[in-house]
Amino acid sequence: MIVRTVSTFFYRRPNGYLCLLLIPPLLWFGTVYLGSLFALLAQSFYRIDDFTAQVVREPTLATYRQLVTQPANVDIVVRTLIMAIAVTLACAIIALPIATYMARYARGRMKALFYVGVMLPMWTSYLVKVYAWRLLLAKEGIIAWVTAKLGLTGLLETALAAPGVGGPSLSSSYIGMFIVFVYMWLPFMILPMAAALERVPASLLQASADLGARPAQTFRNVVLPLAVPGIAAGSVFTFSLTLGDFIIPSVVGAPGYFIGMMVYVQQGTAGNIPLAAAFSVVPIVLIFVYLRIARRFGAFDAL
Amino acid sequence: MTAAIEFRDVSRLFGDVRAVDDVSFAIEPGEFFAVLGPSGSGKTSCLRLVAGFDAPDRGQVLLDGQDVSAVPPYDRNVNTVFQDYALFPHMTVLENVAYGPRVRGVNAATRARSAREMLDLVQLGSQGGRRPAQLSGGQRQRVALARALINHPKVLLLDEPLGALDLKLREEMQIELKSLQRRLGITFVYVTHDQGEALSMADRIAVFNKGRIDQLAAPRELYIRPRTAFVARFVGGANVAESALANIISGSEQPFAIRAENVAIQSEAVPAPPNTVSAPGSVLAVQYHGAASRWQVKLDAGEVWSALITEEKARALNGLTVGARVRLSWPRDAAVFLSASGGSS
Repeated sequence: MIVRTVSTFFYRRPNGYLCLLLIPPLLWFGTVYLGSLFALLAQSFYRIDDFTAQVVREPTLATYRQLVTQPANVDIVVRTLIMAIAVTLACAIIALPIATYMARYARGRMKALFYVGVMLPMWTSYLVKVYAWRLLLAKEGIIAWVTAKLGLTGLLETALAAPGVGGPSLSSSYIGMFIVFVYMWLPFMILPMAAALERVPASLLQASADLGARPAQTFRNVVLPLAVPGIAAGSVFTFSLTLGDFIIPSVVGAPGYFIGMMVYVQQGTAGNIPLAAAFSVVPIVLIFVYLRIARRFGAFDAL
Repeated sequence: MTAAIEFRDVSRLFGDVRAVDDVSFAIEPGEFFAVLGPSGSGKTSCLRLVAGFDAPDRGQVLLDGQDVSAVPPYDRNVNTVFQDYALFPHMTVLENVAYGPRVRGVNAATRARSAREMLDLVQLGSQGGRRPAQLSGGQRQRVALARALINHPKVLLLDEPLGALDLKLREEMQIELKSLQRRLGITFVYVTHDQGEALSMADRIAVFNKGRIDQLAAPRELYIRPRTAFVARFVGGANVAESALANIISGSEQPFAIRAENVAIQSEAVPAPPNTVSAPGSVLAVQYHGAASRWQVKLDAGEVWSALITEEKARALNGLTVGARVRLSWPRDAAVFLSASGGSS
């Protein structure tokens, strides 16, 4: 009886019902989610006293000045940015044919198999995968072994001798780090891309062919523009995940610092919370810039 | 004269299903040809074979005398108006219409000019800058038409093009499509499940049933002399007596059809008029349509038949209501004798 009364009360007052449902998640979202983010941002406007090593709680841009004027810090940002762009491009290039196959051609079991195959690696521990990759890429690892068996050691050595990205072995070079990043974030590119491609009706492709477009023209004029929102969504994932990651660069790759590692070091051993906070603002700014550029190129026009 | 489209013993199988089953027919240039059938009868499969989205498993599809069975859609001089219009959502109306010339390498100024001409032809001259999502269903339909016509195809395929429009708009578009076809002189192949649409627009109609053509004829012929029970029911909405029922009514096993407007209705107490055939039954329902009313009568022999009674005659039937005992009767020569279904013509 009382249930019925309450049900009727809310049925007649849909706004009240909506409030009842929305207030708890909004409280969580507002305080915990955004609140902590703003607390973090606020920290970046404090500075650390060089003598006492205490945080000085007065608004200042000194920390940001330190971030943009010290060449070492700028190097870290540029290094991370280049890696993020390279990883995003590679993910997009690898994901496009796979996502196209999943969305347009695979049916039934094959489709399920592909979706599970793409997501399976995400169900395993992240750390296990990173350390596994370090072994795979090591000087005595299976990749070096297979290359040697195939007589391609020379090729591998040429790659590792490349200035800037090379190193003594794959596991201690930027090439290796790049491979691990691409492996880790590929599902985040494939899934939104496949979702976008699935939404393109088959009749649009038929219409394009019907009007005289060869398959390559249909792909360029119809499929790609309609897949772009999915590619944009996927690239935001791969881009931001690379910008913020600190485990992959510390386990695999050359010794240079990345943004994530810098945040980790500054807020931990160095105890410089303001600089750590300022570093964590960098990816946010870069992603905003990225989204602006994507929009300028019409990435979201088809939404 | 070479046929615009010819099917020679064409079959298309999907697993065990014969979507198109050994079909042969020819369409003359400039003809308005309707492909009529219920869903799953193979009419859309035929259209896909003409457009080139699909290839026959057996037989040949010829366009203008050339075997095109292996030619992809982008190399056929055929264009399609899709059921869902299939307009590109990321392009403006003008870009949609100009798409054909664009992929064929026509320069930007020329293709924009011909796209504008096409939009004028379908009376959408002022809408070129809009996106398809901003248009009404009828306008989208016209854009799809303009986009298909810009390539000057020899054959225009229309796949249930009016299916999504409301009744009034459908009737307007029917008249417009027909006059457009006359003006342009293009062969139209019009796929529909609506027999009224096919009858009112087409020069000839192919009635599809289970992957085969039951009858291919001009609309009047199809309506007056259906060859099979399927055609009689589907096209004419006629009452059909299959052999068992025919035997009870007329004493012969030859199946026949009687159109509803040829059936008269009397109270069972009134004797049947001379020179008629009759069958007793009871009234199941009466649907009033204004100028006429449709009486559903359950025959004592089992089937439900219907009689289309003009308002004038209906007045004489005062007192007959649902459940009343009646007699259906029709002139002896109104019966159309039928052959078995499924023969390809």
